[in-house]
Amino acid sequence: MTIENKINKVSLKVKDLSVYYGAFKALEEISMDIEENQVTALIGPSGCGKSTLLRCFNRMNDLFPNTKIEGQIIYDDIDIYSQAIDPVLIRSKIGMVFQKPNPFPKSIYDNVAFGLKINGFVGNYDEEVERALIQSALWEEVKDRLNDNAFSLSGGQQQRLCMARALAIRPDVILLDEPTSALDPIATVKIEDLINVLKKDYTIIIVTHNMQQAARVSDKTAFLLSGENRCGKLIEMDATEKIFTTPFKKETEDYITGRFS
Amino acid sequence: MSTKIDINSSSLSRRKLIGFLFISFCLLGVLVAFMGLMSLLVQVIIQGYEWVTPNLIFNYPSRHPEQAGLWAALIGTLYMMGLTALITVPVGVGAAIYLEEYAPKNWFTSFVEINTSNLAGVPSIVYGLLGLSIFVYFLKLERSILAGSLTMSLLILPVLILTSREAIKSVPKAHREAAFALGGDRWQVVRMAVLPTAFPGILTGIILALSRAIGEAAPMVAITALVYITFVPVTPMDRFTVMPIQIFNWVSRPQDEFRGLAAGGIIILLILLLSMNSIAVILRNKYQVRSEE
Ligand SMILES: Nc1ncnc2c1ncn2[C@@H]1O[C@H](COP(=O)(O)OP(=O)(O)O)[C@@H](O)[C@H]1O
Ligand SMILES: [Mg+2]
Repeated sequence: MTIENKINKVSLKVKDLSVYYGAFKALEEISMDIEENQVTALIGPSGCGKSTLLRCFNRMNDLFPNTKIEGQIIYDDIDIYSQAIDPVLIRSKIGMVFQKPNPFPKSIYDNVAFGLKINGFVGNYDEEVERALIQSALWEEVKDRLNDNAFSLSGGQQQRLCMARALAIRPDVILLDEPTSALDPIATVKIEDLINVLKKDYTIIIVTHNMQQAARVSDKTAFLLSGENRCGKLIEMDATEKIFTTPFKKETEDYITGRFS
Repeated sequence: MSTKIDINSSSLSRRKLIGFLFISFCLLGVLVAFMGLMSLLVQVIIQGYEWVTPNLIFNYPSRHPEQAGLWAALIGTLYMMGLTALITVPVGVGAAIYLEEYAPKNWFTSFVEINTSNLAGVPSIVYGLLGLSIFVYFLKLERSILAGSLTMSLLILPVLILTSREAIKSVPKAHREAAFALGGDRWQVVRMAVLPTAFPGILTGIILALSRAIGEAAPMVAITALVYITFVPVTPMDRFTVMPIQIFNWVSRPQDEFRGLAAGGIIILLILLLSMNSIAVILRNKYQVRSEE
C-alpha cells in the first residue's frame, strides 16, 4: 500500500498561533496548512484546544472577552488577524456548524434565509434557500413544510438545517465542531455522507473526538495534545491513512490505539 | 428477626411527621393569603356592585354621589399610562439591551446592576417626592400629566429594566453564536436573533410594570395634590387626576354613599388591572418559544 501525498492548494495557513484566555495559554505555537477541497480533522483528548483552534479560523474567539491571539492565519493572502480586517467579513466566508444543533426559533425557511438577510443579499431568496437545502440533503424531507418551526425537526435534521444555514451564504470554508456528537448513529452517517459530498466545493475542517469518524471522513488529520500547564500543542499532522497506520510520534500512536484518552 | 427492612423504624415515622407538619404549615399560609384576598374582594363587591353603573364610568365627579363618576380619573389614568409607556419602553428596553449585550462587564456595570435591583425596592412615595421636586418644581412642568408620567416612569423603569434583562438573558447563547457565525454584526445579532426571542418576555414585563403604575396612589398624591378635577386632560400639560386618587378622595368623605362609590371605583380598577395581567399571561403563553430540546 502506498500513501500518496497529493499537493493541494493551501486555503488557510496557520503560522505560530498561540491563544490565551486571560493568563491561561490554551494553544501554543500552532502551525499548519489547511488544504483546499480537503477535509481536515482535528483530533485529540477533550480539553486539548480543538474547539479553540477551530474558533480561531472564523475569529469566534473574539467574542470572549480577555482572549488574546498571537501569530497569523493567512487566508487568501491576507492575515485574518490583521488590524484592517473586520471579523464580520471573515465569518461570511468561513462558516461554522456547532456541536449542538442550534436553529433559531423560526421557520425552516427563515433559518436558511437568515444569513442571506444579514449579508444584505438581494435576489431570489426562494432559489437560494432551495439550493442550500438541496446541498445539505434536507430538501426532500422539508420541501412541503418550509414554514414549520425548525424545532419540529429531529436532531439530525436540525443539524443538517444548520448546515444549510451556513451553506446559504456561499462560504468558502466550513468549520464543524463535533457536529454529530449529539446525534444518533443513523443521523451521524447522513452528516458524514454529506461531508464527503460537500468537500468537492468547500474546504472543511472538522473537530471530532470520534477517531473512527476522523478516519472515515477526513483526508488530513491533525493530532493535538495538551501537555504541561494544560496548554495545547500540535503533535503531528499528516494524511489521515498515515496518522492511523504509521504515525510518526509515539503520543499519536498511544492515542490512536486507545492507550489513553 | 433477620429481615433487612425494619418495619417499626422510628426514624421513618419521625421523618413522616416532620414532612406532614411542613406541608400543613405551607397549606396554612396559602389559606391565610387566599382568605384575605377573598374577604377583600367579597367586601368590595358587596359594597360596590350597585354603584357600578354607566354614571360611574362616564360622569365627572360631583358632590352628589348618585351623579358622581370616574370619567376624568379614568381618562387621566389611561392618558398617563400611554405617556408613561411612550417614555419607559424605549428607555427601559434600551437600557436592558445595553446592559446585557453591549456593556463591558466591569465594576461600573455591576454597580449599575446592583442599584437597579435596589431601586426596584424603593417605596413609591419617595419617587413621588422626587418627581415633585424635579419635574413639578425644578423643570416647571407644574402638576401636569407629563410630570405625572415622568414620575411614574421613574417608578417603573427599574422593574422594567430587570424583567427585560431577564428576558434577554434567557435567549440561549447558541442563538447569538449562530448569528455571529453567519457574519452578523452586534446590532444585527441583537435585532434579528435576540430580540425576537426575548420579545414575549419583554412585553410581559412592560404590561406588568404598567399595571403596577395604574394601581399606585402614593406618588400621584404628591404630584396631583389631590386636586378636584372636572375635565378630561387634553394636552400633556393639563392638570389631571387618576383612579386611585379619585377613589381615595371618595373614601375620605363623610357620607356613606361615597364609600359605596369608592367600592364601585375599586371594582373598575380591579377589572382594568386583572385584564392587563391576563393579557400578559395570554401573550406569554402564545409567544412562548418552544424549547430546543
Ligand atoms: N472561553 C473560554 N475561557 C476560558 N477558558 C476556555 C474558554 N474556552 C475554552 N477554555 C479552556 O481552554 C482549553 C481548551 O478548550 P477547548 O478548545 O474547548 O478544548 P476541546 O474542544 O479540545 O475539548 C480548556 O482547558 C478549556 O477549559
Ligand atoms: Mg470542543
